[in-house]
Amino acid sequence: MHDLILKGASVSTVEGLRAVDVAITDGAIAALDEDLSAAERIIDCTGQWIGPAFVDIHTHLREPGHEWKEDIRSGSTAAAAGGFGAVVAMPNTEPPIDSGYLARFVKEKGVESGLVDVLASGAITMGRDGETMSHIDDLWSAGVRMFTDDGDSVENAAVLRAAMEYIEALGGVVAQHAVDRSLSGSGFMHEGSVSSRLGMYGIPSEADDVTIARDLMLAELTGVKYHVQHLSTRRGVELVRAAKRSGLAVTAEVTPHHLAFDHEDVASTDANFKMMPPLRSSDDRDALREGLVDGTIDAVATDHAPHAALEKDVPFEQAPNGVLGLEWAASVAIGSSGLDQSTLFDRMSVRPAAIAMIPTHGSLLAVGSSATVTVVDPKEEWTPVTTASKSRNAPYVGTAMVGRVRLTLKNGTITHEVAP
Amino acid sequence: MNHLLTTEGLDRASIESLLDDADEFAEVLTRPIPKVPALRGKTIAMMFFEASTRTRLSFEKAAKALSADTMSFSPGTSSLSKGESLRDTVLTVRAMGVDLMVVRHKATGAPWRLAEWLDIPIVNGGDGAHQHPTQALLDCLTIRQRFGTLDGLHIAIVGDVKHSRVARSDIYAMATLGADVTLVGPPTLLPVDLEGWPVKTTSDLDGVLSSVDVVYLLRVQTERGGASVFPSLAEYATRFGMSSERFARLSDDAIVLHPGPMNRGVEIGYDVADDERALILNQVSNGVATRMSVLFRLLGGDSDA
Repeated sequence: MHDLILKGASVSTVEGLRAVDVAITDGAIAALDEDLSAAERIIDCTGQWIGPAFVDIHTHLREPGHEWKEDIRSGSTAAAAGGFGAVVAMPNTEPPIDSGYLARFVKEKGVESGLVDVLASGAITMGRDGETMSHIDDLWSAGVRMFTDDGDSVENAAVLRAAMEYIEALGGVVAQHAVDRSLSGSGFMHEGSVSSRLGMYGIPSEADDVTIARDLMLAELTGVKYHVQHLSTRRGVELVRAAKRSGLAVTAEVTPHHLAFDHEDVASTDANFKMMPPLRSSDDRDALREGLVDGTIDAVATDHAPHAALEKDVPFEQAPNGVLGLEWAASVAIGSSGLDQSTLFDRMSVRPAAIAMIPTHGSLLAVGSSATVTVVDPKEEWTPVTTASKSRNAPYVGTAMVGRVRLTLKNGTITHEVAP
Repeated sequence: MNHLLTTEGLDRASIESLLDDADEFAEVLTRPIPKVPALRGKTIAMMFFEASTRTRLSFEKAAKALSADTMSFSPGTSSLSKGESLRDTVLTVRAMGVDLMVVRHKATGAPWRLAEWLDIPIVNGGDGAHQHPTQALLDCLTIRQRFGTLDGLHIAIVGDVKHSRVARSDIYAMATLGADVTLVGPPTLLPVDLEGWPVKTTSDLDGVLSSVDVVYLLRVQTERGGASVFPSLAEYATRFGMSSERFARLSDDAIVLHPGPMNRGVEIGYDVADDERALILNQVSNGVATRMSVLFRLLGGDSDA
């Protein structure tokens, strides 16, 4: 007698896609076989996709310090609703995660919530000041594998080089929010036809591109694993493609909003379309979709960035950057880029888990492995009406979508289920 | 028309009818008692979140000439400085019994937010470097009074187009009324991407002087110091200033406009500003008549006047 059987889906297994039922007992995959029966509960998953739960390597959970926007419990709820089994929290909290005890705090709060595994990334510099190396060894001992000053770029090339050398020796990954602030200046949106029309200060694509190009040279110099966060430009995709071809240990992510929208959406001056990097041209957006499909871009990462209604219900230029993303990432990946099952679970689970060095996640299903899985209906048409986040800065709410996460399991326990 | 937020997309008939009314209000303003009871009992709030003297005074004069009551808001002494949000500020003022708000704000799009939050007409009195539609209407009125029409006129807008809400508003209104618009300025002061704009561009002012009917000079924002966008004010004046020498090379009928405040000696020669073909003070008087026309259009429908 199994605890649960998921019937009739296409399953991403170590042996490839298989049309089998999935039996779960005691938190593990007990059987992958046709015509399984005899369980306490059987869920019909006909026409749906089952694979390893998603892993988000770019999440702002806002705790400690900004709990009015989100906390680790509410963020975990949103993550489970989006099919995630693990998230990597960004370190731009108050205080920033620049020491081991802070990383442990984040992890423990995640354990308390019990919905997803919450891993902390660590700041590259103390207080994210861009100048002084953080307590990297201490962070490493606390389980941190990904280092980033996300929200800011490490602009000082010598500081970045030193951190790369240090982190390379440990075996960690340096993730960069790449932007040259002297070029982005006081810009609020992508520099182009829409910023010209709105009279709004623009941020040229080159603000990202020159930093990515420089960083790739430093990554080559130091041999570190280098990860580009939230790619937004065509040239950024091309730089990563060329670096991969030349054998560099480089990876890259794209956000759902950069796949879904472009700068024409900013013409409404709705602050829910304000983020960094900004929404760029439709040509950039198309390059991101292509890069995701062809594998140049390894991961869909949400950059889930909660901001309270009072902070976003203001004129565009005065609003903080960022939008929610956890709950709709898979829907956007399917709807915008047409990902098939193998590609979806590769870009949202297998590769992100590898990038962030989370060995307990991102494994295709096999008998005996932990039942941390996600069930997606790739064809379901639906319109989100609400969010599990504390904040509501989501341009997706009220928008028709295709593809929906139906069920999320963590070690056999249901953490999210859409009522049939 | 529920609001006046932008000239982009405003059709020709709407603009012409606003200008026709403005001509009539201009006549009202010449009477011994320059006042009509059209908006008696209405209250208009001037919500100027960014400092302004001339535009606010002009709207106030327009409202009073229509017999409306006015309220004035200035951010420095308001509860904004106590941390009140923009939304709460305007909801509060609305609750006092206001029929229309004129809003100026440094942030692009702010008047659109007010239009979402409130149930009364909003007039954009300038948002960031985006739009300033009543300025465009008063400019078109000034040109139309002189030439009878804008059809076929060649208008050069000279200077800091990139940071100018005046230029962005004028371009659409002037093009819709049939003018050919050329933007003139150093590349650093022209918008980076003009896709969809009904204009030509050049950095050669002298090349267009002989063919233009209207030279519209934009204010050089001297507070920017020219630091990184052009080498110096002197160099700007040499290349893009309407000096007496350049003025002499215009055709005899050509006029010069400026939205003010002027930097004499920079974008406009000291004497040029006082020439009878520099219609800068006509623009100011037309501003009152134009704003009367706009306020009347938005509020006059259910008036008992």
